Amino acid sequence: MIDIKNLNIVFNEGSFHEKQALKNINLHIEDGDFITLIGSNGAGKSTLLNAISGHTYINSGEIHAAGRNITCMKEYKRYKFIGRLFQDPFQGTAPSLTIIENLSLAYSRGKRLSLVPAASKSDREFYVSVLSKLNMGLEDRLDTPVKLLSGGQRQALTLIMATMLKPKLLLLDEHTAALDPKTSVHIMKLTEDIIRKDRITTIMITHNLADAMKYGNKTLVMNNGEIICTLNQEEKESMTMSDLMKLYGNIGAQISDVNILG
Amino acid sequence: MSAITIFGAIDQGLIFAILALGLFITFRILDLPDLTVDGSFVTGLAVSGMMCLQGHPFLGLFLSLLAGFIAGSVTGLLHTKLKINAILSGILTMTALYSINFRLMGLKPSIILYNKTTVFTFIDKNLMVNNFNLSKGLVICVIIIILIFLLNSFLKTRLGLALRATGDNESMMTANSVNTDFMKILAFALCNSLVSLSGAIYIQYNQQSSYTVGTGMLVLSIASIIIGEAIFSRKTIFINLISVVLGAVVYRIFIAFAFQLGLAANDLKIFSAFIVIIAISLSKMKLSVCKNFSPKVSMRKILLLRKSTKGKGVNYD
Repeated sequence: MIDIKNLNIVFNEGSFHEKQALKNINLHIEDGDFITLIGSNGAGKSTLLNAISGHTYINSGEIHAAGRNITCMKEYKRYKFIGRLFQDPFQGTAPSLTIIENLSLAYSRGKRLSLVPAASKSDREFYVSVLSKLNMGLEDRLDTPVKLLSGGQRQALTLIMATMLKPKLLLLDEHTAALDPKTSVHIMKLTEDIIRKDRITTIMITHNLADAMKYGNKTLVMNNGEIICTLNQEEKESMTMSDLMKLYGNIGAQISDVNILG
Repeated sequence: MSAITIFGAIDQGLIFAILALGLFITFRILDLPDLTVDGSFVTGLAVSGMMCLQGHPFLGLFLSLLAGFIAGSVTGLLHTKLKINAILSGILTMTALYSINFRLMGLKPSIILYNKTTVFTFIDKNLMVNNFNLSKGLVICVIIIILIFLLNSFLKTRLGLALRATGDNESMMTANSVNTDFMKILAFALCNSLVSLSGAIYIQYNQQSSYTVGTGMLVLSIASIIIGEAIFSRKTIFINLISVVLGAVVYRIFIAFAFQLGLAANDLKIFSAFIVIIAISLSKMKLSVCKNFSPKVSMRKILLLRKSTKGKGVNYD
């Protein structure tokens, strides 16, 4: 599904603040993989997702997705087959538009934006059926402006919008981190159901190590712009929480070593 | 104030309502005050005026729409492709248009259309009320009704919805695979073609104009939009559009009053600027002494109270 070859990203190149955000990343993702991505702040997790979605400039390397080279493809074109959720629940929806208007925008993704009325009667029924899966009562509030919804409701709506047309790839950037524990669990469960049902290839960034172990068939650990460890299904199952903490601990040691030596 | 003055003010207000409808697209939907309008108003005026001199008033209106569309696209391209700040892009296009407009007007500072055929010549002239010819105003009303209908339907199509969402949350639109650059250029182009049309009608109505008339058009249309919003609460797009038109008319009547009270024509611009300053700050300000007091909300409450005592039985909650 995705092949990343020798990917390098350097921020502020040539200046005093130069920082190599990604160092020679090579990554192969199979169709239907559900990958959890962990690592401390500044490890390059979000930068990796930004590189795949075309949001950041790439210094060198190649990205192939769905059988073609997308290294130079414009960001908005990549979103024809990529769905993405951000940590900020307000980032994924248009606040002054109603729920149904937001949904119809997501539904016209990749289609030509024509002068057809945005939401017809039959569309309405479809949106109601989609929203009722959430069990959040949103299906009765189709004409409510999205700005009146809570963060959790907005994130659930964004999840529906991102996955409605079955994207080939789903990028989740700590999408439950800003929600309260109960809502967070609910959204995570919804996410997993959708991914399972539609077999969507997914990369999920999380700081919740329990989630990282529980979900997905692979776990990548990043540090300092490198993928330092890849755990497959068996390794994940055999690993206990304390093993993982040790792995994290090693990162900590490495960082402090570098700092002391550097 | 005489009926003729009021009718005259309403007619002028209706002409500037088209301008304000155009600016509504950039100022309210995209949240970018587009300064190109000060120039493109005169562009439309010049194109339409020159075509009238040649004897083609209708072609003049059509070409002015086109000219405004091009002017707006230039601003849009400067902003999106050349990455120039939106307001600066508008200023640059406006400045460039000064030279172009002067050329369009045949290197003369004014256009005079007395005894020339305009679109208003074709209309029945016998609709006199209190010695004022209402027929011109009715024609503009019809144009505005058509424009409101078109804009309202457009903003509910997929394309129009994408335009509104781009102003609302740009990164969300990118994530839904929409080229937001294109949306912005489209908004600038649509805005300026309406502004240009407004200028085109302005010259055919007044039959004379100088090329300095464009200065302050942005402020004028912002004033109309904000006054309109003070009258209506912002609910649906349709009501928004109506309120913009009414705002423009009310503003013009306001100005007519000020003239009657002795405002010098020269002081009109500072007066408009003051109105915009007061209207914007009143609608945003919350007096710190009493946190719950907002002039805009209180004003609306007073208006609603009046309505409810009239016994219309409308629930405004």
